[in-house]
Amino acid sequence: MNSATTPYDVAIIGGGLVGSSTALALARHGMRVLLIERRYCGAQASGVNYGGVRCQGRPAEQLPLAMRARRVWDRLGERIGIDGEFIVSGHLRLARSDADLAGLHAYAQMAARYGLHLQLVSGAGFRRRYPWLGAAAVGGSLCATDGHANPRLVSPAFARAARQAGAHVCEQTPLDHADYDGKRFTLQAGENRFEADWLINAAGAWAGTLAERFGDTVPMKPIYPNMWVTEPLPQFLEHNLGVFGGGLYARQVERGNCIIGGGRGHGDGDYAQPSSETTRAVMRDACALLPALREALLIRTWSGVEGCTPDHNPIIGVSHKVPRLVHAFGFSGGGFLLAPGVGEVIADLVIDGATETPLDAFDVNRFSAVPA
Amino acid sequence: MTVPANIVIVGAGPAGMRAAETLVEAGLHPIVLDENARWGGQIYRQPPAGAGFRRGPRALYGFEARKAMALHATMARLRPQLDYRPHTLVWACETVADAERTGLAGTAHAALSPGDRHDGNKGYLATLRGTHEQAVPFTHLIIASGATDRILPMPGWTLPGVYTLGAAQTALKSQGCAIGRRIVFAGTGPLLYLVAYQYAKAGAQVLAVLDTNTMGAQAAALPKLSAQPAVLAKGLYYVGWLRMHGIPIERGVSLERVLGERRVEGVAWRPSADAPGLDTPVHMLECDAIGLGFGLRPETQLADIAGCRFRYDTLDRCWLPERDEAGRTSMPGIYVAGDGAGIAGADAAERSGRLAALALLDDVEPESSTASIASRVDSATSMRRALRRIARFREGVETAFPAPLERAASWPDTMIVCRCEEIDAGTIRRCVRSGAASEINRLKALTRIGMGRCQGRVCGEAALAILADESGLAPEALGRLRAQAPIKPIPLAAALCDEQVAEIPEDARDE
Repeated sequence: MNSATTPYDVAIIGGGLVGSSTALALARHGMRVLLIERRYCGAQASGVNYGGVRCQGRPAEQLPLAMRARRVWDRLGERIGIDGEFIVSGHLRLARSDADLAGLHAYAQMAARYGLHLQLVSGAGFRRRYPWLGAAAVGGSLCATDGHANPRLVSPAFARAARQAGAHVCEQTPLDHADYDGKRFTLQAGENRFEADWLINAAGAWAGTLAERFGDTVPMKPIYPNMWVTEPLPQFLEHNLGVFGGGLYARQVERGNCIIGGGRGHGDGDYAQPSSETTRAVMRDACALLPALREALLIRTWSGVEGCTPDHNPIIGVSHKVPRLVHAFGFSGGGFLLAPGVGEVIADLVIDGATETPLDAFDVNRFSAVPA
Repeated sequence: MTVPANIVIVGAGPAGMRAAETLVEAGLHPIVLDENARWGGQIYRQPPAGAGFRRGPRALYGFEARKAMALHATMARLRPQLDYRPHTLVWACETVADAERTGLAGTAHAALSPGDRHDGNKGYLATLRGTHEQAVPFTHLIIASGATDRILPMPGWTLPGVYTLGAAQTALKSQGCAIGRRIVFAGTGPLLYLVAYQYAKAGAQVLAVLDTNTMGAQAAALPKLSAQPAVLAKGLYYVGWLRMHGIPIERGVSLERVLGERRVEGVAWRPSADAPGLDTPVHMLECDAIGLGFGLRPETQLADIAGCRFRYDTLDRCWLPERDEAGRTSMPGIYVAGDGAGIAGADAAERSGRLAALALLDDVEPESSTASIASRVDSATSMRRALRRIARFREGVETAFPAPLERAASWPDTMIVCRCEEIDAGTIRRCVRSGAASEINRLKALTRIGMGRCQGRVCGEAALAILADESGLAPEALGRLRAQAPIKPIPLAAALCDEQVAEIPEDARDE
């Protein structure tokens, strides 16, 4: 296929959860959508992340987007045809000190202004309610509407649903070249040449190169979150679990396996490897919080490549350099909950030219010394 | 010469032991890590110290008794010059090369205790000895990780009472007990006849040997098998002995299913058809234990996690670490030897272990005396010559005993393939047919096959067979099931024993 086909309305680069949910949202609006993915859809960070579906703990500027995204999760089955093992387990954010408890209090007051309601528990009531927690935890904040899901299933399913909704999804198709001729975007991927009116950069940890191609420079670096899983255990971990200040997160799936993450592995920007040193450190911290894990067996460790920005907020929104170029990347380890909402936001931008969801904090130019 | 501080050998089977011997002869003091309680590997496994039974070397190792005793004696003699650590599982490997390539130089170094932190170290092994976790740094690493049984399923294969041939042999050698009272050995490969012989000789009741390969295949392999006349003679002897003692040997069989509700009660099989496509009647054979195996598969996870490059090997029908004739991998300072580098048997393992150690010596002291170089070259040349003879024999073995992978098409949808995650053949087929997966790691992500305790070491072969059957793709196009630490499951409590574990750094404390 050497000659250009009929132009697409929108071309999306990257078949992760952001790209796929954008493709789905746009295809459902009847747009002609192309999605190209250099490997397999949902096989990178979108497919190997921890699987937290969590609003709690996010900074204020992310909450409007997070709340919108969370509503999409309630309609997951209708969107992608599977439940993706999504469970509204609640998310319990633990305090390990009085200072942490004060932090949880302050956060709860802030979150309430965005309609996110948290329930604080501490003291004897906390101990009674959570006998399975170790003495290291002194209290916590529960977000009953949070939960967790299986990224290995959810992310490829978004791409499948996009294809069924009419999007043209090309896997194993690395993008060689992208151009804007003042009217349209032209894309070269191997022998394939495509044209599109809009270009969505959803290339995850690799999106910086494409952004740069069009003059948008973002100081993003790859990170490699370190995760591991135990053998199946009797059910005990009723909530998705986090810790104030970070460093450890844990959930138990229906099969009984506990999936636990924290700290970083290593990688070369292209591939990630878990670190045994990090795994051991988090194993130790996990045993202090969850004594039931002490005798459990660790069966597998893994990591993935994720783009991280200096302020840990994503880049979402239009380029100020090239018209109809939209960036959505750099989710810094927190994209799984957000991505299905990001798809809707981008559909707003493409179809209506604007969105009600505030994106100011995610502006692509915010790291530039000189305003563009 | 600059003495490398930390040479580590993983595995104390024939390859690891000969590698250790060669290094000690050169005046070095290697560390030998072994998962087993005593040296010997699988083939020359020793009963535990203070076992409640006595079986002499002749009873334990048969024709191989002399070799076993020689190796055991060698290790006993070397013992004072070795840092030998039995009961030690290597569960992960971190290399400095990795850290440097990724711009994280110092990550692997930082984990080493200050005394170990010198420039020569190329990384460290994460080990578990009993319940104690310990990092073992290395400047050079010889991986002699051996092999396990290649398993193919049949309906009922997960019932209690079904053992691998290797496990059946371990029970006999290490515990002095049999896997059952009335035993059938089924599958294919030289080990099938050897284990049946060892069991019958030890007084167990062996009801039958069911080989999925035909006499014709075995006859066709004779020219290549003749490259090792003595080994071939032993194989023929086992068959003859079994026949002489009235133990039925059926060849060209199809294994239909393991019978039984809660445990093994029998096996259903069909004799070979006179003409292709002709159905033969199903035979039911009552028994209370089955030893099952289809040859061996190399244990390559450590080489994988260490970052060695792999290539597809058509003879072993699996991915193996790339190596030169001496065992050097693509990672400088890391060598592979023995069955873990490619199946070749115990005699080859002894030679390849020695060869890898000689290569290591060449690499660390290229400027040593001409005399010692000359003797090393002589030794290496004779090792290589012997290995080429064995390689020809190995081709014969694969011709005589190919695993019946074509059976994958007939496995019922309801048959469990992955017992850790309870994934059946139908789930795998539906995934492949839906077009969602044509590569093994993708299949793993979507179905959980190979995600459990065994990490695909047991079920991987069967999953690949179904994927090949459904996709029509060649085996080398199906991808390689990537190894992930831990190489074998480890208890979380192990992390609590070591005070040296660093805190998660502030900038890596994600929520």
